[in-house]
Amino acid sequence: MSRRPAGPTHVEAQELADILTWRHRWSRIWRVVLPASTIVGILALTALLYNVSNQSFGYIAVENEVDPQSLAIAGVPLGELPKSRLVAILQDNISEGLYRRLEHDQPFDQRSREDVLDLVHERVVNPEVVASWTLHESLLARDRIEADMARQFPAAHLEFRSWVDLDFLRSQQSPNPQITGVRPAILGSLWTILITIAFAFPIGVGAAIYLEEYADDNRLNRLIQTNINNLAGVPSIIYGILGLAVFVRALEPITSGTAFGLADPTTANGRTILSAGMTLALLILPLIIINAQEAIRAVPGSLRQASYGLGGTKWQTIWSHVLPNALPGILTGTILAVSRAIGETAPLVVVGASTFIAIDPSSPFSKFTTLPIQIFQWTARPQNVFRNTAAAAIIVLLVLLLTLNASAILLRNRFSSRSN
Amino acid sequence: MDLSVTQAEEFSHRSADLRRRTRWREQVIQGFLFVCGAISILTTVGIVYELSRESLAFFATRQWENTNKPLAQDVAPDDGVLVVGTAGRPLEQGDLLRFGLQGQEILRVLEVSGTAVRVERGLDGNQPEAMRQGIQLYSANEVTLLAFLTGTRWAPHSGSFGVLPLVNATLMTTAIAMLVALPLGLSVAIFLSEYATRRARGAIKPVLEVLAGVPTVVYGYFALTYMTPVLRSIFGEGIVQIYNTASAGLVMGILILPLVSSMSEDALSAVPRSLRDAAYGLGATRWETATKVVVPAALSGITAAFIIGISRAIGETMIVAIAAGAGPAFTFNPFEAAETMTGHIVRISGGDLSYDSVDYNSIFAIGLLLFLMTFSLNLISQRVVRRFREVYE
Repeated sequence: MSRRPAGPTHVEAQELADILTWRHRWSRIWRVVLPASTIVGILALTALLYNVSNQSFGYIAVENEVDPQSLAIAGVPLGELPKSRLVAILQDNISEGLYRRLEHDQPFDQRSREDVLDLVHERVVNPEVVASWTLHESLLARDRIEADMARQFPAAHLEFRSWVDLDFLRSQQSPNPQITGVRPAILGSLWTILITIAFAFPIGVGAAIYLEEYADDNRLNRLIQTNINNLAGVPSIIYGILGLAVFVRALEPITSGTAFGLADPTTANGRTILSAGMTLALLILPLIIINAQEAIRAVPGSLRQASYGLGGTKWQTIWSHVLPNALPGILTGTILAVSRAIGETAPLVVVGASTFIAIDPSSPFSKFTTLPIQIFQWTARPQNVFRNTAAAAIIVLLVLLLTLNASAILLRNRFSSRSN
Repeated sequence: MDLSVTQAEEFSHRSADLRRRTRWREQVIQGFLFVCGAISILTTVGIVYELSRESLAFFATRQWENTNKPLAQDVAPDDGVLVVGTAGRPLEQGDLLRFGLQGQEILRVLEVSGTAVRVERGLDGNQPEAMRQGIQLYSANEVTLLAFLTGTRWAPHSGSFGVLPLVNATLMTTAIAMLVALPLGLSVAIFLSEYATRRARGAIKPVLEVLAGVPTVVYGYFALTYMTPVLRSIFGEGIVQIYNTASAGLVMGILILPLVSSMSEDALSAVPRSLRDAAYGLGATRWETATKVVVPAALSGITAAFIIGISRAIGETMIVAIAAGAGPAFTFNPFEAAETMTGHIVRISGGDLSYDSVDYNSIFAIGLLLFLMTFSLNLISQRVVRRFREVYE
């Protein structure tokens, strides 16, 4: 009888060693592959930011209807002419009907010189963007751009344009991409978000307090909790449909303001800022509730016991002990939810955002447009130039969101450093 | 002295009253807080009620389609027989008719014999009308649930109500998005929870958070102005249309990646350390530990993440509205334009939509279908977590 060897034979050991090498190699391969997939995410983000800034800056070819130099009088350039001369130029170059309409809007005597100069620019010089190039092309292929331009638009001149600038923020909407702006969109976004916060914050925090501090573990309260979790998963466009049916249509007397005698003459239907704000409030309510619940749950029970021990009532305990301690967490959650609402587009399209707004929104009963809606509408236009204005609006929106999120992070950090 | 005695008496009297009192203020506050909580229930009830109500209206509406069949003789209000021309689509017994689109009266065909059509006049309480010859007859199409769910053409204004082209496009963009989001999301999750150092996590997590926080309309812009040109330069402009489901789906995958990876990572991190240590102790490599021990242990959470990702992709709107195309098309080619359910809703409601029109009602019918799809997926994911969760300790 031969004794079984205590260890593996030489051949088996060799095999084992081979397998082991192979296994380690395989593990090393994945060590490289796994981070590579995270790089895809980083690349996507880079490409997105590159794409947006690429479209926001670059050369444009501008063709003037009337050369501003030909409007100079006796060597004085257009920009330095006195007001009377500018009015005369205006009168000579535009139709009589248009002149009368401008005079009717605001008499020329009362207009400032800058205002008249703007009018001359807009109506007489009438610059039109005939072509635009991306930042990438503008930096690397200036020669080709100039050659293209000389061939296709000999009358045009080249200028470097930053599509996002102060004028872009201040200007009204215009069908002319050169002078259009996001002023009504920014104001609309701010109004809408104010309404959203006014409804969602108190209700959301109230619901969270109820669920965390008052609710017994019974069927109704469990239903409410499950329901809130489910609502967080409902697509945003469904909220838009709900808002259309309830706020825009069923509650039209309230949302249009006719019930209060406050109807905005430009709308007089339910497609108003109020409807939009309430729709977004319903949308972010579950997020606010869930975040506020977490913040309230994190308040140590000893604080509550101390308050009860001193004879505080339930509400006194919540108001003066629980809420102040949970507030930073609640606010962080709310800011995150609000930044989600600011970026929402789909529900507002369904609720009925306006395609064109000539005057600033002035009350909750005004027609509305918001930044994301404006981006969507410009992107959907066939003309390529509006891609540039859309990119500029995206930069404005991203900066706004970044500011909000940064403030949320600051708040969170302050909170965590204080509690340590 | 007297004074202090009264004070003491008063005090003892007050402190003796220890009966439970109803605090009205507290009650009112509690009531208000309950109402706040109940608003979420109202929202759900509102969604279900409004979607169902308007969808019922959608399935009850009659769509009038021109048969191109003219009246051959004038009709008086008391005539029971219409004489019609030979042109146009033949009438059949049971058809509902109207005289042109101006006619209010609705008639039912009882019998057709050649050009003579015996009809029942004034259905639904409408008054019989007199009509002149030459008016064309319209017949009614009623939208049936079966036709809605199985039809392959969506053109509400010409009487085709098959929702399949829209559903098909939605499923295609979702499938493409998940092809991107599932492998990448899971890889990112495994990397973050099993491999990454503290510093790598600190660098990658914010990127994912930013990706998740970018508004979807920006992703739509990105799909149209970046992804589509890239696809066109790879596959050729003749093959890839300007609007196509592939670019929308790919970009949607990037949007959903952070959701899938963060949910999966949570599930992976919940697996106790002892399991990993046991695997390492048996000589497993890092990769073997991750795939053979940790991932199977966290499978329920990962599955839930996938299902939630699918649900999110189905409901995603702006990317498909911008990049996937405007116009329903029943195609399986990802490089062709096809409108999804959500994209259709956005396009239809873009203008000033008039209430109770076919379009208005169809939004609700499509919305109900969308709601049911995402809602059942969400329920399934909750089930999965509850049923198959491995509980340690």
